[in-house]
Amino acid sequence: MSKPEKLIENGIRLDGRKPDELRPIKIKVGVLNRADGSCYFEFGGNKVIAAVYGPREVHPRHMQKSTSAVVRYRYNMASFSVEERKRPGPDRRSIEVSKVSREALEPVIFQEYFPRSAIDIFVEVLQADAGTRTAGINAASLALADAGIPMKSLVSACAVGKVDDTLVLDLNKDEDNYGQADMPIAMTPDGKITLLQMDGHLTRDEFREGLEMAKSGCMAIAEMQKAALLEKYSGQIGGDAIE
Amino acid sequence: MAELRKDYIYNLMIKGEREDGRTFDQYREITIDTNVIEKAEGSARVKLGDTHLVVGVKIQPGTPFPDTPDQGVIITNLELIPLASPVFESGPPREDAIELARVVDRGIRESGAIDLSKLCVTPGEKVWMVFIDVHVLDDGGNIMDAASLGAIAALMTAKLPAKRFDLGEDSPVPIRDVPVAVTAVEVGGSIMFDPSLNEQSIAGTKLTVISNQDGCLSGMQKSGVHPLTTEQINYIVDNAIEKAKELRQKFLEI
Repeated sequence: MSKPEKLIENGIRLDGRKPDELRPIKIKVGVLNRADGSCYFEFGGNKVIAAVYGPREVHPRHMQKSTSAVVRYRYNMASFSVEERKRPGPDRRSIEVSKVSREALEPVIFQEYFPRSAIDIFVEVLQADAGTRTAGINAASLALADAGIPMKSLVSACAVGKVDDTLVLDLNKDEDNYGQADMPIAMTPDGKITLLQMDGHLTRDEFREGLEMAKSGCMAIAEMQKAALLEKYSGQIGGDAIE
Repeated sequence: MAELRKDYIYNLMIKGEREDGRTFDQYREITIDTNVIEKAEGSARVKLGDTHLVVGVKIQPGTPFPDTPDQGVIITNLELIPLASPVFESGPPREDAIELARVVDRGIRESGAIDLSKLCVTPGEKVWMVFIDVHVLDDGGNIMDAASLGAIAALMTAKLPAKRFDLGEDSPVPIRDVPVAVTAVEVGGSIMFDPSLNEQSIAGTKLTVISNQDGCLSGMQKSGVHPLTTEQINYIVDNAIEKAKELRQKFLEI
């Protein structure tokens, strides 16, 4: 596809959203049987699935830490997830995404409860549509909760960007490709920022405004994450006993 | 050992001091020498305090990517070779080296520092490929900023070797902007710019802010496990933009 003439017309984006509107989100917690925790997350055209294994033994052994758990995060894109087939396996981009995503989640995990063990997070992008790392973090956060890993809070993530000189929340693929800036952000419900990346061109004021915009987006996602957890567990907590 | 060092730096920090006597927003001494490698099309040696690295730019003709047939190609690589630190190991680059390289690359690319359309020789067939290779020789902390300074300095002195490939006369690489990366770390709630090796090793988190000549941001990367507050981020961004203006003066001396 070539660059559309305008990405925003009369304040409405090409996919019909307002500048500060998120794409539709669908969440399902506990979708895999073998994993200790799992989550399926749809974020617009993104379809990602996260699995958590652990706390479990660390292999290779030399990676283990004597005072806390090691958290490992593998972000992987399926070869069929993008327009042009992606060569399978980790590339430089996915290694970087894995690193920043792991760091986005580590602060909320009580790692010191599990010395000499590993908490493994696997995120598989089945379909990519701009914003896969944020979708992955949202899914992984719920998969951790589903696995029963003690956490201080959930982590929610979304991106802010600039297209046609306007700040927009949650870029879609065209906006990502032809936009002027992209800034993925992850935060805890109390507003602490655990992931911040940016590329493109933003003025200082646009940056400040964008940060606030991302905050409101993350808060909205946090509510949906909570609802998805409740959907799975509210029936189980005491529910059976009462009947 | 790590705990002792952490206590030491932390206690200094509470008193508003740093181990080398700098203020929290002060950079270490910077020297940039260019054209240090004659075989490279452009090169720079950067010393930022104890950190020492060499950036070499090699340029050669190649085929463009199918989606950008009329634009040159930039490829950035950074190696943390075992010569530079006892903790670096040989083998394929690990995630920290990949992250550093990708952030340096982002600074050059996203700021539009190089006019890629001017690197096109024949659309769809032949373009200039610019390889930026960063060789860290001595790790004294804050490799990120040193590498970014070195990359743009090397590019500013680099020539397109047209004569060697029978493509006309040599010409300078078309530079449009001078992006400057400024890195700060958060240590026990305080923000310190240009972290030394010790400061970096105990820091909870690191934020790199890359800004352009017009004072706008072209790249950012948070690295490390501690979260940051909005106030801390805004503080770093504001200071980084000002700091970048100072550092950019260094290039007038080249």
